[in-house]
Amino acid sequence: MDLKEWFANRQKRREREDFVVKQPLSTEEYCALWTQCFQCRELLYTKELRDSLHVCPKCQYHFRIGADQRIEQLADPDTFKEIDATMTSADPLNFVDTDTYPNRRRQAEQKSGIKEAVITGTCKIDGNDAALGVMDFAFFGGSMGSVVGEKVTRLIEKAIEEELPLILVSSSGGARMQEGILSLMQLAKTSSALKDLSDRGLLYISLLSEPTFGGVTASFAMLGDIIIAEPGARVGFAGRRVIEQTIRQKLPADFQTAEYLLKHGQVDMVVERSSLKSTITRLIEFHRPLIARGQTSPNGKSKVGRA
Amino acid sequence: MTEKTERKPIPLEFEKPLQLLSEQIQALESQLSDHPELEKDVDRLQDQYRRLKKSLYSNLKPIDHLAIARHPQRPYTRDYFDRWDSAWIELHGDRKGSDDEAMVCGLISLSKDIRCIALGTQKGRALRDKQLCNFGMPQPEGYRKALRLFKHADKFGLPVVTLIDTPGAYPGLTAEEHNQAQAIAVNLMELAGVSVPIISVVTGEGGSGGALAIGVANRILMLEHSVYSVISPEGCASILWRSADKVLEAAQSMRITAREILELGVIDGVIPEPLGGAHHDYDFAAEQVREAILGELRKLSKLSADAIRKDRQDKFRKIGAFSES
Repeated sequence: MDLKEWFANRQKRREREDFVVKQPLSTEEYCALWTQCFQCRELLYTKELRDSLHVCPKCQYHFRIGADQRIEQLADPDTFKEIDATMTSADPLNFVDTDTYPNRRRQAEQKSGIKEAVITGTCKIDGNDAALGVMDFAFFGGSMGSVVGEKVTRLIEKAIEEELPLILVSSSGGARMQEGILSLMQLAKTSSALKDLSDRGLLYISLLSEPTFGGVTASFAMLGDIIIAEPGARVGFAGRRVIEQTIRQKLPADFQTAEYLLKHGQVDMVVERSSLKSTITRLIEFHRPLIARGQTSPNGKSKVGRA
Repeated sequence: MTEKTERKPIPLEFEKPLQLLSEQIQALESQLSDHPELEKDVDRLQDQYRRLKKSLYSNLKPIDHLAIARHPQRPYTRDYFDRWDSAWIELHGDRKGSDDEAMVCGLISLSKDIRCIALGTQKGRALRDKQLCNFGMPQPEGYRKALRLFKHADKFGLPVVTLIDTPGAYPGLTAEEHNQAQAIAVNLMELAGVSVPIISVVTGEGGSGGALAIGVANRILMLEHSVYSVISPEGCASILWRSADKVLEAAQSMRITAREILELGVIDGVIPEPLGGAHHDYDFAAEQVREAILGELRKLSKLSADAIRKDRQDKFRKIGAFSES
């Protein structure tokens, strides 16, 4: 076989259907294998990053994580029981910007793999029963519309009913504009439910994660009996750009970070992800009621004495 | 203190055709003594003027309502308070180190038999005044001052009236350092537990969380041309359309007008304004608002303290549009 023949054969081989040329990995696939740290630019093996709770081993940068990962990190294995899993928002305003709201919501669902920006349920945390709600920034920027408001409110009501400590993990850009004034009213709805929870003497721990802004900060995120922030998380009412445009001056580099909040008396503590679960456990156990609540409660249920 | 109401209303952009017509009529009228034959034309133009005015104000777009709500001559909180009770007693300070002029609070007799704690956001009129009031954008201290008054009202069993006219809570450096978000959140939570009736009236702009922080009420009313929204139409346009000139679309899409928000079931009533807006007649506007508030307060006075709290919490509990499958 001369060279010319060989080339001709090769062409034929290629044309045969069963001949598959192994494609090199696509950019996306490479990106999925490796993750670059946003802070120190270190290239990290994604698998290892997952094992370190999505915290950069080099610089301790806390990556944003999804609701499912957060639940996995906080709840005891197989104890999380989701509630209101099928709730989806309507389109009360028939909102259209450059696309319709239902279309945007569908895209958000495909992108994030979840149905709404918060996942709620009950679980055990180191054996302690708790009501746990986790927001996910990947769905619509973690924005709060009717569904987030309703799910959080129902979770609070469940905590009241079953006398559970409440843990809410916030991560949100604020209220969802596409539901207009109805989104704004969710601030009042959730805060009102927290008033009832507080009146019952039940514990609410608020965990602020990167990033938490606007309507969520101006309602349940800032109402915790104990407020914890993750290192480096940016938390505030108005966004940095809006403030800079308003006051026309440069803001400090660490403005609105968890550490800045701690310095200004806005959070109780900044806790690294690796010790979050143990910290929450200690807080729950410390606040376990001294007097049996069940003796006075109408349903006669008592949680005292349970580990 | 009370401002004179005879000031000439400044026409808004959409009112320009009306203004042109009015100028033409005036010009003709001035010649009427020399040319009595012009009377027919004047009559015809005046008829045209009336029809144009009627059609103009009955076909307002959301952006026009927004313009009226932000009208520089729109009656502000102090204008209402002064008209309701010329001897009202102002109360100052959050007791923690500050007094925010953007939040005006006081003791007001609304009628012979109804006294209340009244408070509201205040936009300034003259430039110096505007700066003092921070253009109606309270600092956290303003919300904490309001909270102090809510507790005061609860203690003495006095009903609360709040007037809302603010672009929003102030987005500034110290506002953040002093925890603007927490100040608002605490008000939302504490207002839920107040056991005296609360009536809120959006008199101008209802700017998001900064408005809601004094707006968790048993009854929420809006003046006909006032607006209430989760974000300013400008902010919405720049985020969703990535363009500041899409304000018109944003105002349309967000449903910010009193009528639309009534339809959504968020508010309980719309208070009519004088033709063209409240700035055409302060006294009339103030009286309309006062009567609406008194009507609601009389209805609520029959409820017990617990029922009042429950009524308010139930109102907000119901708000939301979602489906479960």
